[in-house]
Formats: sequence, structure tokens, C-alpha cells
Amino acid sequence: MENLIALLVAAPLLGAAVLLCGGRRLDRVGHVIGTALAFASFGIAVGLFVDMLGRSTEDRSLHQHLFSWIPVGGFQADIAFQLDQLSMTFVLLITGVGSLIHVYSMGYMEHDERRRRFFAYLNLFLAAMLILVIADNYLLLYVGWEGVGLASYLLIGFWQHKPSAATAAKKAFLVNRVGDIGLSIAIMLMFTTFGTFAFGGVLEATGETGEGKLTAIGLMLLLAACGKSAQVPLQSWLGDAMEGPTPVSALIHAATMVTAGVYLIVRSGTIFNAAPDAQLAVVIVGAVTLLFGAIVGCAKDDIKKALAGSTMSQIGYMIMAAGLGPIGYAFAIMHLVTHGFFKAGLFLGAGSVMHGMNDEVDMRKYGGLRKYMPVTFVTFGLGYLAIIGFPGLSGFWSKDKIIEAAFAYDDGIRGWIFGGVALLGAGITAFYMTRVMIMTFFGEKRWQPDAAGNEPHPHESPKSMTIPMIVLAFGSVFAGGLFSLNEAFVKWLEPVTEFHHPHPVISVPAITASTVVVLLLGAGLAYLQYGRRPVPVTPPKGSLLTRAARRDLLQDDFNHVVLVRGGEHLTRSLVYVDHSLVDGVVNGTAAGFGGLSGRLRRLQNGFARSYAVSMFGGTAILIAATLLMRAV
Amino acid sequence: MSASAVHSLWTTAAEPIGKIDAPHIEYGQLAPVLIIVGAAVLGILLEAFVPRRARYHAQLFLTVVALVASFAAVVGLATSGYATTEAGIVAMGAIAVDGPTLFLQGTILLIGLVSVFTFAERRLDPEAHGNRVDSFAAQGAAVPGSEGEQAAVKAGFTTTEVFPLVLFAIAGMLVFPAANDLLTLFIALEVFSLPLYLLCALARRKRLMSQEAAVKYFLLGAFSSAFLLFGVALLYGYAGTVNYAGIAEVVDGTIQDIDPVLAQTMGNDVLLLIGAAMILMGLLFKVGAVPFHMWTPDVYQGAPTPVTGFMAAATKVAAFGALLRLLYVVLPGLRWDWRPVMWGVAIITMLLGAIVAITQTDIKRLLAYSSIAHAGFILAGVIATSPDGISSVLFYLGAYSFVTIGAFAVVTLVRDAGGEATHLSKWAGLGRRSPMVAAVFAVFLLAFAGIPLTSGFAGKFAVFKAAAEGGAGALVIIGVISSAIAAFFYIRVIVLMFFSEPKPEGPTVAVASPLTMTAIAVGVAVTVVLGVAPQYFLDLAGQASVFAR
Repeated sequence: MENLIALLVAAPLLGAAVLLCGGRRLDRVGHVIGTALAFASFGIAVGLFVDMLGRSTEDRSLHQHLFSWIPVGGFQADIAFQLDQLSMTFVLLITGVGSLIHVYSMGYMEHDERRRRFFAYLNLFLAAMLILVIADNYLLLYVGWEGVGLASYLLIGFWQHKPSAATAAKKAFLVNRVGDIGLSIAIMLMFTTFGTFAFGGVLEATGETGEGKLTAIGLMLLLAACGKSAQVPLQSWLGDAMEGPTPVSALIHAATMVTAGVYLIVRSGTIFNAAPDAQLAVVIVGAVTLLFGAIVGCAKDDIKKALAGSTMSQIGYMIMAAGLGPIGYAFAIMHLVTHGFFKAGLFLGAGSVMHGMNDEVDMRKYGGLRKYMPVTFVTFGLGYLAIIGFPGLSGFWSKDKIIEAAFAYDDGIRGWIFGGVALLGAGITAFYMTRVMIMTFFGEKRWQPDAAGNEPHPHESPKSMTIPMIVLAFGSVFAGGLFSLNEAFVKWLEPVTEFHHPHPVISVPAITASTVVVLLLGAGLAYLQYGRRPVPVTPPKGSLLTRAARRDLLQDDFNHVVLVRGGEHLTRSLVYVDHSLVDGVVNGTAAGFGGLSGRLRRLQNGFARSYAVSMFGGTAILIAATLLMRAV
Repeated sequence: MSASAVHSLWTTAAEPIGKIDAPHIEYGQLAPVLIIVGAAVLGILLEAFVPRRARYHAQLFLTVVALVASFAAVVGLATSGYATTEAGIVAMGAIAVDGPTLFLQGTILLIGLVSVFTFAERRLDPEAHGNRVDSFAAQGAAVPGSEGEQAAVKAGFTTTEVFPLVLFAIAGMLVFPAANDLLTLFIALEVFSLPLYLLCALARRKRLMSQEAAVKYFLLGAFSSAFLLFGVALLYGYAGTVNYAGIAEVVDGTIQDIDPVLAQTMGNDVLLLIGAAMILMGLLFKVGAVPFHMWTPDVYQGAPTPVTGFMAAATKVAAFGALLRLLYVVLPGLRWDWRPVMWGVAIITMLLGAIVAITQTDIKRLLAYSSIAHAGFILAGVIATSPDGISSVLFYLGAYSFVTIGAFAVVTLVRDAGGEATHLSKWAGLGRRSPMVAAVFAVFLLAFAGIPLTSGFAGKFAVFKAAAEGGAGALVIIGVISSAIAAFFYIRVIVLMFFSEPKPEGPTVAVASPLTMTAIAVGVAVTVVLGVAPQYFLDLAGQASVFAR
């Protein structure tokens, strides 16, 4: 079976190559080819999964070595894949959700003249993302890491004729670059420290390595995760990334790629376990981001940006759980999977709404859409209940566990702080999601004809779009419960990630009860503000915090003042130094040699007698020097 | 030397003639040299007996056949194992046939072949009175500007003697790196130097300059030969033999029986050191190392350009071969004495060559100074005193010589009314007018500068690596600095060719015959092949890097 692993990647890679190289001839069938190959990959994944279930726990990790990539002396890099329970989980999520979103895109992108290219990029993304999660070493993971970055860049800027999309793509690429530097430094550190970057070798060798080095590697990996997973301080790109087509937002910027940081940290768990300082940094980053994203989500009127803030916040939960160590790894991944279902579903729902509303994204111009789009309303509603953690639905099972684990961070104040933050986040989540729900589907209709006089005619989307939404809604409802039956998910992952039962500072039922109370509180507040009163079409001025949150808590302003201005000053001073000092030295050296040359060439005066004298003198010096060498 | 010793020397001659044994000569292993010498002698006879009209073709045919046959003989010897397992000393100890010998002989023969093509070029100069002419004077003996010269030109004379001359020079060069005793070394030196002096004087245009160059070369060459010969005498006094292995034994102190006649002087280290320094000086003169380099720019500029190309390439190969053998076979026991001195020579050679080249305005002089700098780079490899040092020098010589011949061949193409336009200002904008020629020349310049993907880079990397591993790190640093300085003037020519406006009365690029084109094409091909895939040739040089003792 292990020989099939490469096929997982090969199918979408082939799709991307065929669609990109095939040219216009494939314009009419391109989307079918792309979708078929995505499903092929999913089929292989299911086959491998069934096969894996049939094996005993010890034999579940498969390995496929394709070829030696860079064999240079002690530097051995292989193209080799490893499929264990962790990778398998990701592979199923990526190919499953990916295939559904391919289907959805067939409807969503139906009238786009560059549809073939869109599917090519989607396939490229699938291939890169699969490489990322089944690589057996950090260097190959890095290939996938950069590959998804490229696909993300291409897809965010897919509507490149819009300056905002082009800018957003560039922004995502640049911010990700900062994180990528972290990953490349981490890989270099691994190589110098362990002499290898294969997962097996690195994770084995951590036991004999000093904590300082492991902390450095851990912090660099965290930087990488921050970039890819939009965590504070590298979170600024995710909101703008919503400029991409909505299926892209659902697949890449909600369900899969942005969770790569979580995968990286969980995969490197052994390193983090041995570096508590780095682990603490991970938890802090997660905690800060989960509040940050939630607050931003409360203030956005753009439905996709509100959901993007939510994504940031939910990934904050996952990162936080991953930072908690063995008590959190399994729950981080579990939340990742359930989030994959409901967030993809929510985005697809948002896309469906936009589809019916002439691509309007401002929720203040929606209202009362439940009558016009019943399927969208129901599936979106189920996703909504799942994400706020309504008891019994997917989000409840995974998020509640993370809150428990956060309370179990330690017996002291930190357990209370992190637990409190996680709990507070759950409340805010309920608030902003209820706000989205009410503003979109309830209340009076608030849409008006646009400047050209076209009034939107909200309608239900075609089957190709609603069916994926329905499938994902099933996942949103049942996945969490299934995973938690008899702790099935935790046991499944345990051989890879290690698992310790958390012992929170307060009792588990108390935590569950307070979670439910907090979410009812959040939802209630939102209902009071948006359900009971009519929603103004023009946004009110709002408090200082609201205005800051609308501007993404001033992150771009901060970046502009500190990084852009600072960078400009730095480059200006460097240019000055280059002109005056460096060029001065260079030109001075050149002038010096030129002058020396001019003087030396006068020795060449054309007289044979002078030449003979110089030869005679030279010989005398040669003899004298030889004798002198013997004398000393 | 005591009176009785002198007497005994006298009396040996008086012994019966029958006691002298016929020397044992291994004709097979000497075949490359014998073929060339035979062809040269035959060439003289052709000159005497073949009608003037047919001489050019007869000479060209003979020369090419001889060079090809000789090269085939070298390849045959090498494949028969004479470069490795069968290597040994032949001709009563006079000649060593081993890896370096065969590698260098092969290189010299190929250089000779390509050079002969440029010698035979007859389409560049305009026809004189209905006769095609080459780069050489109509009649070497005629006084420049005299009526005799006019008459010779009118009669359509050409100096076909250049072909036997170049064959003699090649014969000497073949023996020079193979010489296994000091007298053979000296004779080989003279055999290849004398024809070169003559060839330098034979330029068809700018004859006075050409003759001046020849006289300078001859005077200074004779001067350096005198030093070398004196060094030979001193070493004989030191060791009682001129044989390389014999001298090496005395240097190492492993000799068993000391000749009573020479007992007083033998083992006197002052003789050894002074003698060695003088022989080194003679060889350093030939490679053009500072401070024995001053003939180089003047002679390179004055000599007919095909001769310059041949001389710059082949002389360096032969002389470095001899230098390697001297230092590695005769004087390895003395390396703690000669290494620091050679360090100094290498450093000033690299630096001075590179620095003075910056302000040159004549392309031939520029290439002359460039060749001085390259001599310094090669010396860095020589100093390494390791097998890697030998192989890197062998590789460098092969790479460098083809670039040199190619570059000088391009120089012959760029002409105006006065013949070759060698002043750099006339090369401005050449890239606009003749992009192909300029591009080819740019390739050669990049190879000189040692830019990757050219043979120059592979060669420089090899010698610097060998030098660094031989503990000469400082030398390598200075070498790299010199390369940087040198890159300036190479790139400057490229900038001049491609980024300057062409001058209205600039030179034109003459259409050459396939002969010169072949020479240039071979130069480009070797430059690129050795630059892109040097490993095969590095291995070849590596296999050929063991001297027979």
C-alpha cells in the first residue's frame, strides 16, 4: 500500500500540469479534469485509510522513499513520504474538503473566463498541501510549505484586474515570507544541531540536545507557524486574503492551509516538549490571537472578513492547544478537523449568499435572507451552531476540550489566565457569529438597487454549490460527536502525538457549564443589539474599540509606522552609506590601482638595457633570497 | 678542480675509440620529437628544391601531417601506458617519458596545429600585386622600406620558411619539459628559442617594430640563457652530474660513492643554491614572471600576431613543464629554500601583471600583461608541491593556451588600412558592427578573467585549491585579489566593445579563411567544454601528474 502514497500527490500535480500546459483547448473541460483528479486523490486517501484501519496500531505508519534528492556528503535530503495517523487525518481533510470545494467551484466559477486556470491552481494547491503533510522530513515539508504559499498567492490575486486583489496577494506573500524565514532558519538549525532533518532523526535526537538550541528551533518554528496560520504578529494578511474567490477562502484560508502552522507545531511536538519556554510562547501567541481575531470579527461588516477574523481566532485556539503539549495536541488536531468542516461550510454559505446578492459582501445590506435561500440558511445555521460550540454539535466537543486543557496548563495562575481567555473567547465567538447570523438571515431586507439600478434578486444557489454545503453541514453536526465517542480520535492519534489526560484547576462539569453559560451570554448580547433593533445600513460611528477593531485593531497602521517607515529610513541610510562609504572605498581603490598602474608602466621604458639591468637585479635578489632562506 | 683531474679528463679522450658504446635510443618513445625534427629538416629541403609557387601548399601539408602524426604518436604512447605504468627515462638518461611529458607534448602539438592554421591564413591582408599574402614579411632579409623589399613584395614572395621554423621550435618545446638532464634542458631551450627570435622579426607590417622586438627578445633571451648555463655549471660542480635524478640524490644526501675528482666541491650548498636560483631564473624568464617579464609586452606587441599567439601559448606550456620537473624531480629536497622565494615571485607576478594591465591601451600589450598575471596564477599551483599542484598546473596550461591562441586569432581579424587595429580605442563599438566576433572575444576575455562556465574558472579554481591545500592560503588570497583587479580590464574591453558608440572610421572585421575560423572555433570549444565539464580533463591531468625519476 505504501507505494500508493506518492499517487496522492501525483494526481492533483498531474491535473495542475495538464491544465496549465494544455492551454485554451481545455477551457471547456478543465474544471471536470481538475475535479476528477481531486476526487481520485480523495479515493486513494480513503483506500489508504481503510487499509490503515485494518492494521495494528504499531504498523500504521507507512513510509515511501521515492529518490535521493540532494545527496551531498553528509547532507542527505530525500524525496520520501510518511503516512501516519496524523498525516492521514490531514490527507482525508484536505482531499475530502478539497474535492467538495472543487465541486462547489464548478458552480461558483461557472461564468469566469479563466476557470481552467482556477482549477489548475486549486489542484496545485492540493498537491503542495499534500506534500506538506506527508513529507517525511522538514526540507520536503518546506517544499510543500512554499508550494501552498505560491498557490495561495496565485488564488488570492486570481482576480488580478482588481488592484485590491493584486495588493492583497502581494501582502499575503510578503507577510508569509517573514514566517518562511523562520522555517528555513529552523531547518538550518536542525541540520547543524542534529545533522539531519528527517522527522525520525530529529525527534529521536532531541533527547540529547541542550534546551537552549531546542528553544531557538521552537521559536523559529513558531514564527513560521505565525506566518502561515495568521497568528499575531503576522496575522495582517488573512483579512485582505478574502479578496480571493470564496471557494479559495473556504479551502485555503479557512480549512486547510492556514492550519499548516498547527500541523508544524504538533509534528514537532517532541522539540516543544523539551523546550518549555518555546511552548509557553506558543500558548501566549495562541491566546492573544484568539482574542484578537474574535474582537476583529465583532466589528466587521464584510461577511467574509468577519469570518476571517473568526478563522484567526479559531486557529488561535488550535495553536494554544498545540502549545499545551501532550494534553492538547490531540484536541488541537480535532478542533482543526471540525473547524475544517464548519468553517468551510460557513464560507461556502457566505459565497452562496454573495452569489445570490450580486457579490455584495456588506452584511448591513443583507437581512431576512432565510426566506430566499432556505438551504443556505439551514446549512449556514448548522455551521453557526457548531462554531459557537452549541452542545452536541462538532465545535462543542473540540472547543470544550481545549478550554479544559487550557485550565489544566498548571495548578497556578497561568491555568486560570489561559483557561479564562479560552472561555472568554468562546463568549465573543458566540457574539460575533450570532451577529453575522442575524444580520444576514433575519430582520428586514435592507438591500437597495446599486448605482447602475440593478436590484439584487436573492435566490438559492445551484445544486453543485448546495450539495457540498449540505455534506459539510453533516460534518459540522456529527463529526465532533463521532470523534469523541469513546475518545476515538484521541486514541487514533495517540501513537503519533502522545496524550496525557488534562487535570484542570476546576472540575470538568463546571467548565462545561460555564462554557454554555458564556456562549448563551454572548449570543444573547448579540440578539439584544442586532435582533431587537433594526440594523442601520450605514454603520454607526461606534466606540473607540469598535473603530479600532474595524481597522483590524490598527495592525496595518502599526505595520506601516514601524515596519514600512522604519524600513524606508533603514534603506535610505543604507543607500547613503553605500554611496559615500562603500562607493568611496571602491572608487578609491580603483583610483589607487589606476595610479599605481600608471606609475609602474613607466618602468617599461622600451630600452633593452634597462630590461637587462632589471633581470640582473632580479637574479641577484633571487640568489640573495635563496641564500637568506638557508641562513635563517 | 685539481691539475691531475684536468689531466685525467684529457687522457680519457686518448683511450681507444672502440671502447665507446653506441648509445641505446628508444626510438618508439622518442617518436613524437623525431617526427617533428624530421619534418622540419624535410621542410628546409622543400624550401630549397620546391618551386616557389608550390612551396606554401607543400609546407603547410607537411607541417600539418607531421603535427598530426606526432600527436598520434603521443596518444599511442599514452594509451600504451607510457604515461603511467611504463613511464621511464630514455635516451641514456637524457629524456623522461612520463605522464607530464606526454600531457604537455600533446598540448604543445595541438597548440602548434592550431597556430599553424593562423600562420597559414592568407585572406586577411589585401592581395599584393595579385598575390595572396600572409602575416609574414615578403623577404625577411630585406631592409624595411628598401627597394629590395619593394621588389620582393612585387614579385609576390612569401616567407614559407616560417613552417620549418615553427616545427623546429615545437621540437625544442617537446623536449624542454621532457629533459631529464640539465644539458638537454639547455639545448632544448636554445632549439625552441632561436626559431622564435627569427619568427618575431618577420611581421609583414610594422616591420621596424617587429625587428626591434626580435632583437630585444634575442638579447634578453641570450642574457637569460647565460644565467641558466652558469647555473648548470654550478650544479654540476655541486653534484658531479647533470642528470636530474643524480642531482636529486646529492641534494637528499643519499648518494653512495663520491667522485674523488669532484670531492672538494660536491655537496657545497652555496653552489647548489646559487646554481638552482640561476636555473630558475632562466625558466622564469621564459614563462614571463616578474622581474624577468619585461620582454613580454614589447615582444608580444612587435611580433606577427599569429607568432604572438603561438609563443604566448606554447612557450608557457613548455617552460612551466620544465619548471615543474626541475622543482619536483631535482629540487624537492630543497623546497624549504625555494618555496618562499617562489612565493615572492608569484605574488609580485600576479599583482604587477594585473595592475599594469589596467592602463594599457594596446590590445596586444594588454594580453601580454594578462599573460604575466596568468604566469603568476600558474606559479601558485607550482608552489603547491603536491600531485594536485601538478595536475592543476597541467590543466591550467591546457585551458589557458587555447584561450590565448583564440584571442590572438581574433586580434588578427580586426583591421583597418594600416593592418591590424590593435589600439583599444578602435575596438569601441565592435559589438554593434560585428556581434559574432565581439561575442567570441568576450568569451575569451571572460575565460581570462576566470568567470564560471569558462575554462578559466576551472583552471583558476584548480590551482588555487591546490595552493590552499598546500598551505599557501595567503598566496591564494592575493591571487584572488589580483583576479579581481584583472577582471577590471577584461570587463572594460567587453564594455568598450558592446556599450560604446562605434567610431565612424573604425576598423572592419576581415573575413578570414576557414583556417583562422577553425583556430577560433577550437578556442571557443575548448573554453566552453573545459568550463562546463572540466572533470574528465581534470582526471586526465590527475592521471598524468607523476614524474618518472
